[in-house]
Amino acid sequence: MTTTSLPAIEGSGAGGSEQDQGHPAFLLVYLLLGIAFGIVLTRSEVVSWFRIQEMFRFQSFRMYGTIGSAVATAAASVALIKLIKLKAISGEVIAIPRKEMGSGVRYAAGGTIFGLGWALTGACPGPLFALIGNGVSVMIAAVLSALVGTWVYGWLRPRLPH
Amino acid sequence: MTTWFSAEWPWYVAGPLIGLFVPALLITGNKLFGISSNLRHLCSAIVPGRVEFFRYNWKKAGLWNLVFLVGVLIGGFLASQVGAAHNIAISGDTRLALTQLGIHDFSGVAPRELFNWAALLTLRGFVSVVVGGFLVGFGTAYAGGCTSGHAISGLANFELPSLVAVVGFFAGGLVATYLILPFLLRGI
Repeated sequence: MTTTSLPAIEGSGAGGSEQDQGHPAFLLVYLLLGIAFGIVLTRSEVVSWFRIQEMFRFQSFRMYGTIGSAVATAAASVALIKLIKLKAISGEVIAIPRKEMGSGVRYAAGGTIFGLGWALTGACPGPLFALIGNGVSVMIAAVLSALVGTWVYGWLRPRLPH
Repeated sequence: MTTWFSAEWPWYVAGPLIGLFVPALLITGNKLFGISSNLRHLCSAIVPGRVEFFRYNWKKAGLWNLVFLVGVLIGGFLASQVGAAHNIAISGDTRLALTQLGIHDFSGVAPRELFNWAALLTLRGFVSVVVGGFLVGFGTAYAGGCTSGHAISGLANFELPSLVAVVGFFAGGLVATYLILPFLLRGI
């Protein structure tokens, strides 16, 4: 039962969960990339509750420009990687697993539930951690609560429509 | 350099930089950019219980991502240490609307009135942090991704499920902004 019925683990790459981490030196690269991402999140101010409110109130183009240009840059990069059939430095062929639509309920319902949390906390998961680094230590409680939320989802999963 | 590093970056600099994390992770090790799966990895590592969703080899699947996440925390710290703290330059309209809802302190990245430990004992602080955090964790796990996994990685790969999820993100965000926050922040 089982592994096949599980949704693809985001970030696990084409090899799925069986994929190796590769040489430990790669972990250092991921750490450095993470540090860079934390800096970008902070400087772009997408970690800010105020910016998220501004976005949901449609009172500034800033967040839309940020997310839009991020998607455009990522899309162009992915298209180029596919076009030249680039291999990863780790040696694997780069392949992005397609997400399965199913009934779509999980995306609509899960997305809406996350959206409520996004506006209430003013932070998506990346910024939650970047905010702790920024000294907003109460976000530790938000992360713990998010872990409880994820756990409860895992527990209810067999009974939820997907 | 220091001035540049400490100032707020315009969207046309910040956005493309965020987008570049997608190819950077693909090129490094064929990894898909997505933060929220770390919440699942952490559950799997700490309290998998008998829940099938958490019974997998989290080290193999997600150690790289957890290391990335530790980096995000460190990066947030480093960025906060450079330059003087400044108000987030939100639009006058937003400032006015939030002031009318009872927000007075605009000096941090998030309103200090809501996001501090003592405020957890108030309804608005508890809902913002604890209930909000729960919904973030539950919703991203249910949807199989968050802003990074769906809105950026997913849309960049032209995935319809991600578009549905992103529409959901906004629907939820608008409901919270217009139907929940006004009552919550005013203290009902």
